[in-house]
Amino acid sequence: MNVMEIPKAAQTISLTDYLEASAKSFPQRTAIVDPDGGLLSYQDLNERACRIAGFLKARGIVLGDRVGLLLPKSSVTLTAIFGILKTRAAYVPVDYSAPGARAASIFKDCEVRAIFTNSSGLGLLEKEYGSSLPETVVVCEGDTVSVNGSVVSWDAVLSHSPLREASGATPKDLAYILYTSGSTGVPKGVMLSQENATSFVDWCSSVFSPTENDHFSSHAPFHFDLSILDIYLAIKHGASLHIVSEELGKNPRELAQFVADRRLTIWYSTPSILALLAQFGNLSALDCSSLRMVFFAGEVFPVRHLKALTGLWPHPRYFNLYGPTETNVCTFAEVPSSIPEDRTEPYPIGPACAHCAPLVLDPEKVEVQSGEEGLLYISGPSVFQGYWNRPKENAAAFLDRDGVRWYCTGDVVREDPQEGFIYVGRRDRMVKRRGYRIELDDIECALYRHPGIREAGVVAGMAGSEHTKIVAYLVADAEPKPGVIAMKMFCSQNLPAYMNPDSFVFMDSLPRTSTNKVDYQALMRSMQGTERGA
Amino acid sequence: MDQAQGIKEQLRQFILKEFLPGESPANLTDDTPLRTSGVLDSMATLQVVTFVEEHFGIEVEAHEAGVENFDSLNSIAAFVAQKKANK
Repeated sequence: MNVMEIPKAAQTISLTDYLEASAKSFPQRTAIVDPDGGLLSYQDLNERACRIAGFLKARGIVLGDRVGLLLPKSSVTLTAIFGILKTRAAYVPVDYSAPGARAASIFKDCEVRAIFTNSSGLGLLEKEYGSSLPETVVVCEGDTVSVNGSVVSWDAVLSHSPLREASGATPKDLAYILYTSGSTGVPKGVMLSQENATSFVDWCSSVFSPTENDHFSSHAPFHFDLSILDIYLAIKHGASLHIVSEELGKNPRELAQFVADRRLTIWYSTPSILALLAQFGNLSALDCSSLRMVFFAGEVFPVRHLKALTGLWPHPRYFNLYGPTETNVCTFAEVPSSIPEDRTEPYPIGPACAHCAPLVLDPEKVEVQSGEEGLLYISGPSVFQGYWNRPKENAAAFLDRDGVRWYCTGDVVREDPQEGFIYVGRRDRMVKRRGYRIELDDIECALYRHPGIREAGVVAGMAGSEHTKIVAYLVADAEPKPGVIAMKMFCSQNLPAYMNPDSFVFMDSLPRTSTNKVDYQALMRSMQGTERGA
Repeated sequence: MDQAQGIKEQLRQFILKEFLPGESPANLTDDTPLRTSGVLDSMATLQVVTFVEEHFGIEVEAHEAGVENFDSLNSIAAFVAQKKANK
């Protein structure tokens, strides 16, 4: 049997170690640049975090407690995060733009003992919680009209006496819970420990070697796992983290200007955003020469858009980072900045990161031969602790094999001896039609090769008939849009006949989730609605 | 409208509705390739054959349902007209 070496835990103990070390080494350097250009130094960030920790401790927050964050992205939110971590509590960031009911249901699910929000967030929470708000609610912006004894102003928190003694954190402490959409529509909380995060951040250091002279983007919302690299890698190395507001993050023209104006050196986002920058960012007119590394993750980067981007930004190094929230990044690959003209295949996700061990199994949980498709399992110190209060999902998520706990990613991969892992698709994006197995992502890849197609999202379902119907939702590059016959002809030239979509629907833009991925659930609803109406 | 043109119009409406929702009728011309272009796959061709049999009162043999007779509105209409003439 092949005895696999399971990676050991990292040296760092907790995420606050990074801040404390940088506050010592670089007290006057800028840690955070707010969307409006306001600066916060390492010394001030650490001092404020200590005061927040002192306040939370006085309010009875202890190891293992959960503290919610319902705030737009800013240095205030980040300061709160470090304050929470210094008390050995775990932070629970939620989507500020989501309906209040969703935020409240998450906070109730993991029973947060305190919440950081602003005055409008407080209004939403009061509506959802009624008179039973958690015992501490800090209002970081706006008026603090106290409804009961639990509401405290940000100023009051920052004038609290600081907690300076070492927290006594251990690697197994719960650090944060990120809620992801569950397949059933109810969000589930992914629990990540200090060690889960630090093993990943320390791996990033060893591979990317950032320095205190770097300027990191913070594009991802804090409830999205891409933020872990942004925040902690920047803070660990004494670099500056430039916060991109939610509004700016969706506006490619202004976002491109931001990259140039702030002289960013390290960018990290989903491919969707980079594709928007390439198409609408007017990049050829801007000086973004300071960029030295571009990371992308979260979905497949259609080569057509990647090619456009690398053509406009030929100077940085490009890295494809792959991994679910449950493991954070677990494989990675450098993508060449000059992409061959005839390349249409997406790039591989690459070999496993040094802190992760991979295993590819068939449905019977037997290891596949190298080169064969199978489900990717990951073990190592970055693999999450489990879903909050979800014993059934936890039992299904992990496989115990030779005393090692493996997480099943649900992603189908194939290993190439040269290139590492090749992402084949989601297990649940695989459909059967007329006996043939079809990967819907495969159809999307083909559609992206069409010169008139800017975006493609393909869904399949029975939709009231006995056959699997495949519907392609498309966004055209320009008017006039290609006709249905033209699309059918194109697909028949690029795909087996059984993969040719039944219908093509043009939209102004594809629906997206709060983390900017194509919202397939919404496309499915649209497809079912059309079928019912027909 | 002559007979061939009438057959073509009925076929055009049927194919547009069943297999090309959203397409502009003008894009489905009399000589748009249907089989070789992927507009009709084997399953869809069977539905067209059934439609032709029911609407025009003819019987289509299995060997007649190939590309030579079913690759465009023109070829289908010619095939139907010939079948009707031979009845």
